[in-house]
Amino acid sequence: MFSFIAKRVVATIPVMGVVALFVFLMLRLSPGDPASVIAGDYATAEDIERIRAQLGLSEPIIIQFGNWIWQLMRADLGISIFSNLPVTTLIAQRLEPTVMLSLTTLSFSILVAVPLGVLAAWKAGTWIDRAVMIFAVVGFSLPVFVLGYVLIYEFSLALRWLPVQGYKSPFEGIFPFLHHIILPTVTLSVIFIALFARITRASVLEVLEEDYIRTARAKGQTERKVLLGHALRNAAVPIVTVIGLGIALLIGGVVVTESVFNIPGLGRLVFDAILKRDYPIIQGLILMFSFVYILVNLMIDIFYTVIDPRIRY
Amino acid sequence: MFQTTRRALLFAAALAVPAMVLVAPQPAAAEKVLRVIPHADLKNIDPIWTTAYITRNHGYMVYDTLFAMDKNLTPQPQMVDTYSISDDQLTWTFKLRDGLKWHDGAPVTAEDCVASLQRWGKRDGMGQALMNPDVTESLTAPDAKTIVLKLKQPYGLVLQSIGKISSNVPFMMPKRFAETDPFTQVTDMIGSGPFKFSKEEWVPGSKVVYVKNTDYVPRNEPPSFAAGGKVVKVDRVEWVYFPDQNTAMNALINGEVDYFEQPANDLAPILANSEGITVEVNDPVGNMGFARFNHLLPPFDNVKVRRAAMAAMKQDDYLLAAVGLPEYFSTCYSVFPCGTPLETSVESGIVENASIEQGKKLLADSGYDGTPVVIMQPTDIPALSAFSLVTAEKLRKIGMKVDMQAMDWSTLTSRRAKRDPVKDGGWNIFHTWWIGADVLDPMAIAYSGNPAKGWFGWPDDAELETARTAYPLAKDTAEQKALATKVQERLYKIGSHGNLGAFFVPVAYRNNVKGLIKSPVQFFWNIDVER
Amino acid sequence: MSAITDRDLGPGGIRGYLAEFRRNVLRRHPTMAIGGGLLILMILSAILAPFLFTVDPIALSPIQRLRVPSGDHWFGTDMFGRDIYSRTIYGTRISLVVGLAAAVLSITIGLVIGMTAGYIRLLDAILMRIMDGLMAIPGILLAIALVSLSGASLITVTIAITIPEIPRVVRLVRAIVLSVREEPYVEAAVAAGTRLPLILIRHILPNTIPPLIVQATYVCASAMLTESILGFLGVGTPPEIPSWGNIMAEGRTYFQIAPWIIFFPGALLALTVLAVNVLGDGLRDTLDPRIAKKM
Repeated sequence: MFSFIAKRVVATIPVMGVVALFVFLMLRLSPGDPASVIAGDYATAEDIERIRAQLGLSEPIIIQFGNWIWQLMRADLGISIFSNLPVTTLIAQRLEPTVMLSLTTLSFSILVAVPLGVLAAWKAGTWIDRAVMIFAVVGFSLPVFVLGYVLIYEFSLALRWLPVQGYKSPFEGIFPFLHHIILPTVTLSVIFIALFARITRASVLEVLEEDYIRTARAKGQTERKVLLGHALRNAAVPIVTVIGLGIALLIGGVVVTESVFNIPGLGRLVFDAILKRDYPIIQGLILMFSFVYILVNLMIDIFYTVIDPRIRY
Repeated sequence: MFQTTRRALLFAAALAVPAMVLVAPQPAAAEKVLRVIPHADLKNIDPIWTTAYITRNHGYMVYDTLFAMDKNLTPQPQMVDTYSISDDQLTWTFKLRDGLKWHDGAPVTAEDCVASLQRWGKRDGMGQALMNPDVTESLTAPDAKTIVLKLKQPYGLVLQSIGKISSNVPFMMPKRFAETDPFTQVTDMIGSGPFKFSKEEWVPGSKVVYVKNTDYVPRNEPPSFAAGGKVVKVDRVEWVYFPDQNTAMNALINGEVDYFEQPANDLAPILANSEGITVEVNDPVGNMGFARFNHLLPPFDNVKVRRAAMAAMKQDDYLLAAVGLPEYFSTCYSVFPCGTPLETSVESGIVENASIEQGKKLLADSGYDGTPVVIMQPTDIPALSAFSLVTAEKLRKIGMKVDMQAMDWSTLTSRRAKRDPVKDGGWNIFHTWWIGADVLDPMAIAYSGNPAKGWFGWPDDAELETARTAYPLAKDTAEQKALATKVQERLYKIGSHGNLGAFFVPVAYRNNVKGLIKSPVQFFWNIDVER
Repeated sequence: MSAITDRDLGPGGIRGYLAEFRRNVLRRHPTMAIGGGLLILMILSAILAPFLFTVDPIALSPIQRLRVPSGDHWFGTDMFGRDIYSRTIYGTRISLVVGLAAAVLSITIGLVIGMTAGYIRLLDAILMRIMDGLMAIPGILLAIALVSLSGASLITVTIAITIPEIPRVVRLVRAIVLSVREEPYVEAAVAAGTRLPLILIRHILPNTIPPLIVQATYVCASAMLTESILGFLGVGTPPEIPSWGNIMAEGRTYFQIAPWIIFFPGALLALTVLAVNVLGDGLRDTLDPRIAKKM
């Protein structure tokens, strides 16, 4: 098992390499450059050229890539071109809101979706099942921002229950934190609830047809025990897989949600950086997001081997 | 309950640990906080390094200036106590006032100011003109409080230059920072201004915090534009940037912030109808819309085609599309902002009588050969995006071919610097605006007629350039006015750019905010918040 | 969701499914018929846009800005006085083109890469590492970066939306190839000396089609949503070409003054994505009988 884990860990290195190369090339081969943004309205061509040199953008592309990789080896993500602060500092400032929003969203979605999915599978073919499935398809089809605006309009402006925007740290008080995070969480969760509920229902249904479930039922076990003890437990693998894949979707959703609710998180940091061509931030953040994705999926792989010894790669 | 859920939660908890370690320590609650939605995100903090208006506003918080412009557009001493000019107009002596201190406690010296002016003189257009070896002989600090500027020839814009109100403003920095290469950002924010920059609390892209500089000694005069006493009446000013206008508006309505620097004009009526909110125009000069032709490339290398396009650019259409509510715009056919001293109507008929028919007529006589016009449309800046749409429609209507190219502003800024043909990434037209205060006189780079040193678009007109270079040397205001009139005459005759009119950006604030200074630049001294 | 559609369908080929499809679809899957019907309606209105009482969708009329929906302007007007109804109807074209093009492109490219990876061991490792790398970059971010860095146009937007969808298709195809190549009839063909391209086309390709059709509907739905998100964030198709995404993006500031700018294209978008999703679910049920009863 350890050799399996070690192998999987080593296998992530070339993947990270591909991500790094891809991101780097994408940035350097595109039009637009930060020097002219910095130089401003009065700049002459020489000014722009000087700033380019200053930023190390005049060097051959291979050298730039080499420099960057060398930096990464020393766990240095570089310095933001515009704010002149280390990228690691910028990420640290923005990490908390994004992590919190992701956690509340994942927890809320799982807490709602898994019971819904089990319920739908249990009552398969009834109106309950149909209602859950209709919700799942609709939830999958709604644009996040439209939902966000509608919720703000209703709950913040009309009913005045919740704040319109912003983020409060849970370390300053749990109530203000919850108060601010409810709307963004619900907005972002709808798509995940849809996704998780579908997959839970499908997996549980599949398991319910297996022989051992029939045996369990035949032996007179309560429906509750059959559902929770056997079916859900065995349906866990596909559910967890989808949660792992959902991380990528989550990061995308965060960009939009943070912008609608003015949450100072990583999604907005990377979006602003792309618009301003702040290369070190874009490179660093995309690399970090990919790293998180790979890490989570690696952990899920390891988790499989733990819960299901039959799985071997 | 469910095993999977429990595991997922445990896993989630494991992820949360690093987040807790990284939480920044929170500052103690201050007594009086002014919460501001600035017009843009503060991307960089060196106001000499960049011309961005948000960085200029930041500069006014942290730094102070030797001279500052008052509401009559006249430079007044700010850090300077007294000054004298020799009879031959060649030696200017400035004495600093007492009690000026940097944020680190050291006294402000004349040497610091000399170094600051020199750094500014390497970046700013007016600074370069003044510090040009043909104009300035030497800039020295004979003692800690005295700055001496020796000129080679009389120069009419000494005070207008070092007292300019908009980018790049010659802000004073300690010598050790002012010696930074002007093309590299200063790394620390030590100024002598009325606020201190709280660097630990700065979250780029989201939040900037300033605290009151309790050691600041304001002048005794009442505030007037950037001049007069900078009396700070709050303990903290927080700039919280909102990328979404709609969310920003709701935050102000909900009382989550106090002051909204630049709400979209269309939001003004909702804000004005909300309880406890005032909406007003704070900048009396306004912004000037600008359609810039590329004079190097066909079809706009032909003055007749440029004038045909200008003749189609009816200001009302642009202003209505980009601004919307009539109370926030006005037509202005002078190139110098209307209501300012150099406003003139010479040659302005082409703009004033603009119409599609006029454009068609001029285009028919121009020999236009059907070359498509590349319009660069910055989709992330709504007003400029609107200007581009209107221009595209007008040019099509007068019979030109249009190639509309959408991009973001940052791509536009790098593409507009290209002098290459269209097939190699060149362009034919882009839109922007200048705040009125930046284009008050012929010195503005927007009016340059020298393609070697001029602004993007590169018009070439010797007569225009002669009038511009003569302007700072003019002996009196009558001569200045005559030269400015000449400049406008040439600008319109050569079809330098399309003049799209003036528009005004409102501010919105909660009624407990008092003491706003009416000015083209938003200042945060003199403002009080009643809680 | 590839895990579910990712099944070996045996050598029956697509013809058998189509026959069953005709027999069963209307009776057994009414939702699918609704989804398909809606989609056909959308495609028709996209094609016939000029004849559906629309006006020039890019004609400016600042005098008539921000008008509420009325007999003159069924869906109201935007801040430049453009007719939202006409823009929305014309916008259908962009959404459908982007959705369909992304589906076709990602399936085609994914099919080629997936078959190569599944059959040529030497390239497998390299191709799959590249796919893993691509998959690890969050799709929306990748699309935002590609569009904003290379300049917004219909083509760049489509490409930017397609690229992140490719790895999933590749994985699906590769998995099918790997399992099918072990089948006796394929091994027999190899033994008989049939050339590789022929084996791929004759024996492997047919097996990939049914799951790929299902996958294509999901790609199409997600591409349309991504297009709207890109538009919303201001990095979508150029504003001169109306698309649901950029109509809504432009209406963002006006949400409380002129909610109709966002409402109509938003509702149409949700409805179209819904139609495609329902159609996809129905197709999956008919094309993949093993799980048809359950989903």
